[in-house]
Amino acid sequence: MTPSTRLGAGIAIVAASVLLAACSSNGQVTAGSPTDDPSSALRGEVTVFAAASLQQTFTALGDRFEQEHPGTTVRFSFAGSSDLVSQIRNGAPADVFASADQANMAKLDDSDLASGWPRDFATNVLEIAVAPGNPKGIRSLEDLTATDVQLVTCAAPVPCGAATAAVERAGGVDLRPVSEEQSVTDVLGKVESGQADAGLVYVTDVAGADGGVDGVPFDESAEAVNTYPIGVLRGAEDPRLATAFAAYVRSAAGQRVLADAGFGTP
Amino acid sequence: MTRDPVGTPWWLPVPALLGGLFVVVPVLAMVGRVDWTSFVALVTSRSSLTALGLSLGTAAAATGIAFVLGFPLAVLFARARSRWVGVARAVVLLPLVLPPVVGGLALLAAFGRIGPVGAFLADHGLRIAFTTAAVVIAQVFVAMPFLVSSIEGALRVGDDRLERVAATLGARPSRVLLTVTVPRALPGIGSGLVLCFARALGEFGATLTFAGSLEGVTRTLPLEVYLQREVDPDTAVALALVLVVVALVVIGPSSIRGARSGRVAAP
Repeated sequence: MTPSTRLGAGIAIVAASVLLAACSSNGQVTAGSPTDDPSSALRGEVTVFAAASLQQTFTALGDRFEQEHPGTTVRFSFAGSSDLVSQIRNGAPADVFASADQANMAKLDDSDLASGWPRDFATNVLEIAVAPGNPKGIRSLEDLTATDVQLVTCAAPVPCGAATAAVERAGGVDLRPVSEEQSVTDVLGKVESGQADAGLVYVTDVAGADGGVDGVPFDESAEAVNTYPIGVLRGAEDPRLATAFAAYVRSAAGQRVLADAGFGTP
Repeated sequence: MTRDPVGTPWWLPVPALLGGLFVVVPVLAMVGRVDWTSFVALVTSRSSLTALGLSLGTAAAATGIAFVLGFPLAVLFARARSRWVGVARAVVLLPLVLPPVVGGLALLAAFGRIGPVGAFLADHGLRIAFTTAAVVIAQVFVAMPFLVSSIEGALRVGDDRLERVAATLGARPSRVLLTVTVPRALPGIGSGLVLCFARALGEFGATLTFAGSLEGVTRTLPLEVYLQREVDPDTAVALALVLVVVALVVIGPSSIRGARSGRVAAP
């Protein structure tokens, strides 16, 4: 730690303690202390931080989990994987983390994750999203280079942007997007709203758009398969409950929900 | 320092100090995170300079347009005594209280490819979506209310006696406007331009929603900060500091002048 960062941290701590003096430190107050007896029923609350692309599937999984284990509540925070990682590293009270790519999960090490985690639970590939009916007649990656096609992609630094660069290399094409968006949902939104003619998004985004866009699969997408890992965090309030949820995602029932949404199995 | 006849309650500085710390501490904490050894390299990289240049250029253009459109609005608002003008003012000042992302959606609905204005312009060969023009439009939308309310405030402070005198002496309305009203509004124009520029410079939500993000075309400095934060927090913090410095340079002088003359820059 450099002196300047220490000064910064010191100032931040003073500020935090002044401003938050009245609040209890979140995540530390356990409602009912977890028991180690494996036969006792699961109960209490588990907080899951999950990538934005998992919003629909994980919300469904959470409902099913709560039904199977009455007395439990699954709370979600959905955002970009890198945002979630930085929140976790800054002390956010998460019990389980599901990332949209390996790179962001890799930012957490053994001191952050419980032993035995992370494990992969789903894969996703890119697809070309176009307006319903495909008015521009886009059939391949090559077609996206046509001058009358307004293409939108993810920016290189975000996971879907890295996948875009990979398929671009694989197909030997030079894509010229009119905009490089921050997240895959922004790309989808630009196509859904008719602002752009085509966008590179995940198969699951097309499936989740409920007819708002059509999907055009392309061969090169196999060159950029995105693998989603999930992990139980070391600081989990109730490790048994957290592990149960993460295991449920990887169970046959969980995998069915994911497959219905278009995810592949790792 | 002369003694203030009104007097300040002894306890007032306590919450005031907390209020000040609340703003200052996060900014200082961010400065503490800056990696000074690589600071210059980070902020002078090509993408950083491109984003800074684009930000300054678009904010200046947006301020100019906002003045041309906003000054007449402010004068009408300040002079009119009708309830309907009150309604009109509320609508025009709406972007002040609207989340910028909502502004972006509204702009999309109007100027987007399938919006009424956007479709009309597209028929005439003008594309707005994903161009620098879209960035400027977004900035004008969110920043113009600052200018309007600042100028209107200045005009309302004094009454319109001078204008009426000028009119009775035979000056035509245009002449009254240019030789009496404009000089009277000068302090408001100054602070309004400053606030408008600063707000345009910081515009993020409407730009991201409406204009997209492409280096050199639509990716302004705030968008670059947001993008870099994904991969390279050091660069994001360094660029954020640049924005802080630019913002201080812009609002600092008028705020200091305002404090000395007892007139503040805020609307």
